[in-house]
Amino acid sequence: MHSVMDKPIIQISDLDFWYGESQALFGVNVAIGPHRTTALIGPSGCGKSTLLRCLNRMNELIEQTRMTGQITMNGHDINAPDVDVIELRKRVGMVFQKSNPFPKSIFENVAYGLRIQGLKGAELEGRVERSLRKSALWDEAKDRLQESALQLSGGQQQRLCIARTIAVEPEVVLMDEPCSALDPTATSKIEELIQDLKQFYTIVIVTHNMQQAARCSDYTAFFYLGKLIEFDETTKIFTNPGHKQTEDYITGRFG
Amino acid sequence: MNDVAQLPESGVRDLPDAASIYVNVPDPVQSTERPIRPLTRRKRRPLEWLVEKAIFLVSLSAILLIFLIFAFVGKEALPVILGKTDNARLRKPVAAEEIPNISETQLAEYLGLKPGELKNYDADTLKLLVELKGQELAQIVDEDSRVNTTSWRMMFQPHQWADYDKPQYIWQPVSEVPKYNLVPLVIGSLKATLMALLFSVPLGVGAAIYVSQLASPRWREIIKPVIELLSGIPSVVLGFFALIVMATVLQNVFGYQSRLNTFVAGIALGLAVIPIIFTIAEDALTSVPKSYSQAALSLGASPGQAAWQVVLPAALPGVFAACVLGFGRAIGETMIVLMASGNASIVSGSILDSCRTMTATIAAELAEVVFGGNHYRILFVIGALLFLVTFVSNVIGDIVVHRLKGRLEGRT
Repeated sequence: MHSVMDKPIIQISDLDFWYGESQALFGVNVAIGPHRTTALIGPSGCGKSTLLRCLNRMNELIEQTRMTGQITMNGHDINAPDVDVIELRKRVGMVFQKSNPFPKSIFENVAYGLRIQGLKGAELEGRVERSLRKSALWDEAKDRLQESALQLSGGQQQRLCIARTIAVEPEVVLMDEPCSALDPTATSKIEELIQDLKQFYTIVIVTHNMQQAARCSDYTAFFYLGKLIEFDETTKIFTNPGHKQTEDYITGRFG
Repeated sequence: MNDVAQLPESGVRDLPDAASIYVNVPDPVQSTERPIRPLTRRKRRPLEWLVEKAIFLVSLSAILLIFLIFAFVGKEALPVILGKTDNARLRKPVAAEEIPNISETQLAEYLGLKPGELKNYDADTLKLLVELKGQELAQIVDEDSRVNTTSWRMMFQPHQWADYDKPQYIWQPVSEVPKYNLVPLVIGSLKATLMALLFSVPLGVGAAIYVSQLASPRWREIIKPVIELLSGIPSVVLGFFALIVMATVLQNVFGYQSRLNTFVAGIALGLAVIPIIFTIAEDALTSVPKSYSQAALSLGASPGQAAWQVVLPAALPGVFAACVLGFGRAIGETMIVLMASGNASIVSGSILDSCRTMTATIAAELAEVVFGGNHYRILFVIGALLFLVTFVSNVIGDIVVHRLKGRLEGRT
């Protein structure tokens, strides 16, 4: 495998996951390389979003879930009893499927994560501006920072959510189908953004859109019915898949 | 960037030709001849019509009933509101010769009789009664008896009574000269309501935040029904409990002087208000999209921070509406304050003093007044005032809720 995979930032080993009695993930092993974009693809219900939410322990908010196996970040087990889940979530940010800005001003949305860390004044404003610039929203939003975030268009809202997430400077950014509710123009803007953000962050993106996975990611993991079928460099998956199921899926024969 | 050249050639290799799939499907419109039915013919649905009209009638009658109640209260209070009553006149002696000049109702009122009873007396007896009353009134030399205590001025402004050293607000409706100043009652109501809200808003909203955002499902299943059960306790039982148990315990703990006071009444009232505030606030908080708290948590907020800084502001219109409803319940509640407040109609800013509310006054006195008399009418003025206060508070609450919603949705 590629050399960066020798030192993955996140290592998922033998992960099983249950919602109540039904098992959603079966023995998943994935290594996520630093400053790379990893795409998780597969038909609906294959467990890719579940896997994503395991990485910042958001699944804990759902009742009656349990998991076995291990997820390590920089070599440290994120489910160990001494891990502060709040600290983990600061390091592993998340962008949701449906844009979910707070019903506050644009500025306050980006500032929220920083405020709870106790930032104030000029430093706070600087960080907000930097995040908005990084997420390519600054030019559109700089004159209306005090307006409600709900006034923005769908695509702008999603970029605001990305700005909000990267404002706290996480190491990893999880994206759960960030473009599924957006039109093609807004989608291509977010995809460009993902390319730009790669230099600063490690990105894991769940997508239903094959072309999006092909365009944005360095690595692709294909899931089917809770099992990892294939995980490799994106170019290899899309040009020369190793499994029949992967080929069938990416050529649109099912899913 | 947007091209799909990275996709392998094989990606579209085996896709069936779209046209080949659909070519054999017959067009239903062309293949069968359908009769054209007019769109204008309506099916009769008598049962549906009947049910709809019945529901309409029921809702209409509810509106009508509320209107009738208000009209009745207003009608009884109207003479006082329009300033047509004058109880000072009753204390001016009437000469026996004037009897034919005054109306029967006025005469009956002067003699303290019901209008119907007048027929029981012949002219001589009436003359005698009028003379006796005149003698009785002539003995009163008090300045106070010259005052029309049912006027607006006397109801809302302090008056210098003969035996007092400064102008006072006094509610003494059954004294020699009845004093109908409403200020002590208004203050009593506001004081008890404010105390109740001070106690119940933090507890009710706090419990709602805890149950909707922080509690484990098990605790939620325990706390929610128990608090809602509180609303099922009859207010007379709460008042009884406050009167017998709480009053003693609180006095022992805080060591204040009067056993029954605004503080005790306010807390007992608060117990009645908590379930209302809790139920509505909890609904409002639960209906905030989960995505808000998830977003906050994913940014590294603690569950408490997410609830307090993100979910509560988003639910603020509903939480505020809960408080307005709580206010309405508290100011309208009667039995608890009647039993636990001590009912002294004094003007005092201290919550450790007793108070007499508007509602308790109506409840305690209405059964013992002369029907159609001044006291009776003034109790109806109090009723109309309560109606007005509740109405105004609901309107203001509605405007504020609307504003808050607008701000949340980004309308300016």
